[in-house]
Amino acid sequence: MKGTEATSSRFVQVFRDRRNREAILGVIFALPWLIRLFVMDVYPIIAGVYYSFTQYNILQPPKWIGLANYVKLFTTDKLPMLSLYNSAYYALGSVPLSLILALFLAILLNQNIRGRSVFRAIFFIPSVVPAVASAVLWLWLLNPRVGLVNYILTLFGLPRIPWLSSAQWIKPAFILMSLWGIGWTTVIFVAGLQDIPRHLYEAAQIDGAGVLGQFRNITIPLLTPTIFFNLVTGIIGSLQIFGPAFIILAGPTGGPQNAALFYVLYLFQQAFRYFNMGYASAMAVVIFGVILVLTLLVFKSSSVWVYYETEGRK
Amino acid sequence: MSASNAIQARFESKRFLEGFQRTIVYIVLTIASIAFLFPLLWMLSTSLKVQEQIMAMPPQLIPNPFDWVNYVEAVTAPGFDVPMLLKNTLTYAVLETIGVVISCTLVAYSFARMQWPGRDIFFIATLASMMIPGTVTLVPQFILFKQLGWTGTMLPLIVPGFFGSPFNIFLLRQFFKTIPMELSEAAIVDGANHLTILRYVILPLAKPVLATVTLFEFLYCWTDFMGPLIYLTDDAKFTFSLGLYAFRERWTINYDLMMAAAAIVTLPILVLFFMAQRTFIEGITLTGIKG
Repeated sequence: MKGTEATSSRFVQVFRDRRNREAILGVIFALPWLIRLFVMDVYPIIAGVYYSFTQYNILQPPKWIGLANYVKLFTTDKLPMLSLYNSAYYALGSVPLSLILALFLAILLNQNIRGRSVFRAIFFIPSVVPAVASAVLWLWLLNPRVGLVNYILTLFGLPRIPWLSSAQWIKPAFILMSLWGIGWTTVIFVAGLQDIPRHLYEAAQIDGAGVLGQFRNITIPLLTPTIFFNLVTGIIGSLQIFGPAFIILAGPTGGPQNAALFYVLYLFQQAFRYFNMGYASAMAVVIFGVILVLTLLVFKSSSVWVYYETEGRK
Repeated sequence: MSASNAIQARFESKRFLEGFQRTIVYIVLTIASIAFLFPLLWMLSTSLKVQEQIMAMPPQLIPNPFDWVNYVEAVTAPGFDVPMLLKNTLTYAVLETIGVVISCTLVAYSFARMQWPGRDIFFIATLASMMIPGTVTLVPQFILFKQLGWTGTMLPLIVPGFFGSPFNIFLLRQFFKTIPMELSEAAIVDGANHLTILRYVILPLAKPVLATVTLFEFLYCWTDFMGPLIYLTDDAKFTFSLGLYAFRERWTINYDLMMAAAAIVTLPILVLFFMAQRTFIEGITLTGIKG
């Protein structure tokens, strides 16, 4: 340690002490989070993998059963794969539509018009409405006989749709609901659009580029990091849809022919209705794998289509 | 035409187009706004209608007569004890938010302005932890809390907040990093230690971010459904989200009452949002997550 450097000034000694002190203090400040990171993230993931190889109903100690849970959820039990399909269907519908709609709104909101902060707030309001209230409201809006949505359809001469009682239409119903909540995505897009320097547009205009040309060659490329972010969070979030479905279906059930049995709904049912903790853990591991693979794919593909300003020009 | 004339002509014709474009933008935005707000108006409208009017076709926006009794009925309905629900929801939201603000400030300061071994690795781990899907930790966390004997209470919802929250740590750390180091160094020369720097230099400058963190966290707690669903079993401890869900289970057909109950749950947050909307929306820009 310190003490034997006779030639160094006291300042160096003090400096060394201060750096040590800061290091210790730094760890102490960060300690609560480090504890939480381990206790609520690292440990549960490891424990979850362990539980997935067991049969565990909490009342009795876990019983090791090897791969039995995984075999069951891929073969004998039809519901995990069905629910995965349902969640994937929902994600495939909700994510692109949400991104497109949010981007469309964001571009409009980015125009130099008065009162755009008012409009921006308006589109954000549904995201602030508590999920339960929103679900209950949509339950009413989608009522087949007297709901607003079907009424609007009849105004256009279209037939009424039995949204929540039809195996065919119940997933589209949830996708429709998800479009109401694009406030967050829109605001993030607006922030991304505002980062694009105006002079690029002006230069393009001088070069004769029209609105579409500017959009294709300036807006979209420079927006790709934001699109990337919204895409990844959208995929991760939509595959795990739970709240609205639970509330509308009044529990971890599946709706008509299990058409709305989303993956997390079924997992919840297995864990908290039937106390099949091991089985539910196996399901959790599977969806983790799916999300991980998808996320990695998007990350890998990003080198092709995401343009960061720090990169050199071709 | 000379070059400058040509450019000028282009810009002038652009200006006329811009006026036209502007009108189109206004029209589209207004239509979209109506579409987005109408469901809420409809919630309000339904909540004030009499039973017969609800089923009436074609639907009418303005209730006739105004049935305020719906709200009284909703509030006095068994299982929807609004004062109790409010108390529970506030307990959860306020305590958890306080915990998050205190802990995340300390942690973010450590990440942003202190040097310690492994700091950057742990920061990357923090970012990674934000990407862990909630489903994965759901069951093991529940088992853990069960073993601790915390299930059935609000502890699993509130206590983790006092140990930081990755998203807020990230937000605050990014912001703290933008404060020039010279300010810290000047304070050190004056004999300050890290706590005083944090208190007298950093925090005063961080008010906007802290407001954002507080608002977002409060909003998250108020609207949280899954957390209370899993950990709160005793209906005396229910929060608004659970109370409304129980209401929905019970009164499915009485849409007028359900809408009244939903409105009661939504109103406080809407009011909060209107009062603080700048902070809400600009807070998202502050995060810099888009890039």
